[in-house]
Amino acid sequence: MSVTLQRRPASGSGFRRWRRRLRPGSFLVLFASSMLVLLPFLWMISMAFTPTEQAFGDVSLLPAEPTFDNFVRAVEDANLLPALLNSLIVGAIAVATNCVFAIAAGYGFAMLPFRGSTALFYALIATTAIPISVTLIPLFLMARGFPLTGGNDILGQGGIGLLDSLGGIVLPFIVLPLNIFLARQYFSSSAPDLAEAARIDGAGELRVFWKIYLPLARPLVAVIAIFSFTAVWDDFLWPLVTISSPEHQTVQLALTRFLSAGNIQYGPMMAGAVIATLPVLIVFLFNQRHFISGLSEGSVKG
Amino acid sequence: MTLTSTAAGELATSSPAGAGARPAKARTRRSGSRRLARAGFLFVLPAVIYIVGFQLVPVVYGLVLSFTDYSPLARSGPEFVGGANFAKVLGDPRFLHSLLVTGQYVLLVLPPLLILALLLAMMVNKPFRGVGFFRSALYVPHIVSLTAVSMIWLWLYSDNGAINGLLEGVGLGSQAWLLDPDSALPAVAAMRVWKALGSNMVLLLAGLQTIPAELYEAARMDGAGAWARFRYVTLPGLKPILMYVVATDIIFLAQSFAEVFVLTKGGPLESTTVANVLIYNEAFQYNSMGSASAMAFVLFAFIAAFSLVAVRNFARRP
Repeated sequence: MSVTLQRRPASGSGFRRWRRRLRPGSFLVLFASSMLVLLPFLWMISMAFTPTEQAFGDVSLLPAEPTFDNFVRAVEDANLLPALLNSLIVGAIAVATNCVFAIAAGYGFAMLPFRGSTALFYALIATTAIPISVTLIPLFLMARGFPLTGGNDILGQGGIGLLDSLGGIVLPFIVLPLNIFLARQYFSSSAPDLAEAARIDGAGELRVFWKIYLPLARPLVAVIAIFSFTAVWDDFLWPLVTISSPEHQTVQLALTRFLSAGNIQYGPMMAGAVIATLPVLIVFLFNQRHFISGLSEGSVKG
Repeated sequence: MTLTSTAAGELATSSPAGAGARPAKARTRRSGSRRLARAGFLFVLPAVIYIVGFQLVPVVYGLVLSFTDYSPLARSGPEFVGGANFAKVLGDPRFLHSLLVTGQYVLLVLPPLLILALLLAMMVNKPFRGVGFFRSALYVPHIVSLTAVSMIWLWLYSDNGAINGLLEGVGLGSQAWLLDPDSALPAVAAMRVWKALGSNMVLLLAGLQTIPAELYEAARMDGAGAWARFRYVTLPGLKPILMYVVATDIIFLAQSFAEVFVLTKGGPLESTTVANVLIYNEAFQYNSMGSASAMAFVLFAFIAAFSLVAVRNFARRP
């Protein structure tokens, strides 16, 4: 909102461009598609506020007698609050590790190339094409055999390792190759003169990175934080496989509790879906530009 | 290890040695660039160690497992059985069926997804008042988790859900979308098209923006109509990003799990049992990790082959 306001005067010839309109036909198609895309969300919200007795056969978007009962039941039945906390914790860990290690790696690949660094970079990026089903079983066994955790000895024997723990959930998300890719793209377009000047002044490489380039890379940090957080927050299969006790469930797992019951309680389920969606949606609404440009720029320039 | 520790020391103490040894200029520069290369290596090292440890080692480990018979409940370790798992899996009608379903699913999703995403991308490519709204609105399903989105659609498809409500409203009968073996897979696919539309559109939009406007001007001067401009300017210009989008779509779609788990659990009559659902059941319900690993590698081979074929075909034709 503020973004559009700032933009108008900024782009010189932009004023004319902003006034340009679409042809009515295109506008209609776009409008209809956007509505088709948004309608299920509006129904979700509507269902979440509709009393269960009235829910069936009702396609109106405004509940006649809105109620919070579904939210109360969602929180109570699905143990949602602890699950939200778990998801927030693992999300925060993934954000922190990716912001440190992935950005450092991207910086190293872009600004401090060494022999074979390009080949190594592409080898790392190629791992994104490895299917999850291939690594799922070995990672499960590796998590179970993780030394000195979950009752394991130093050889990884005797306990359950990282299974059924928050550390286990975050294990596949510590450094995401996509983030390294984005960081390298970002730094390869930044100027090297600052680093040279700082080196002449006697600054070490860690200092150059930490004091000069990282503070300039705030959009990159935002994109990587968002991607890392949503990757962990949205993941379903890995927590499904590794988490067995209710107190370690993530949000997405907790939601599936509504499915196991014989007849599905759609009202509370929609309320749960609203709760699980809200944090990501809020982050999105405040950072739309980062979401969209981060994804597209990173993939195209490569 | 000694290399790591000395270099780490250099990193921390901003290398006074470099400043002290001044004489031969060329020598300083060379040792300086070597110092930079070493620093670069140290910057990437943690990420490399992690990705090797938790991406590449698991692939090798999984390959080893696929030649063994192993249940995580057994006291003994994996037992080597040679190629038996692969022979068993490739002769298993359930697995072949799941590969077929996976292929059908990709084919049901990919063409409509690409066409719609390209159409929308071309429409939001021009700057006009409100373009930001459309771009963001169409992107929203992408940021909501597959689990939550599947739950919304579970309700939309339910007996008394909104889709049947609308159909009855206009006088058409209702349909048991997810309970009928004929409609279950297309129903899941429709949801996936809806979900993936925004991210595909944004990628194609970025591709469109790399095509210089002068090319369109030139084509127009040569008297090219809208279709000719699309055929000879837009499509060739989009080739690299289109290849990327098709390949990643195949890779991700062929690994679908969450939406099937939520919407149909693989039913009815296994009509939606995609490969990953079968692999999950084999490994974690029946505890047969050796044969599940073999299935995973066969699936991997198919995904790699098909994404390579797709990339090649797109590379040849504009």
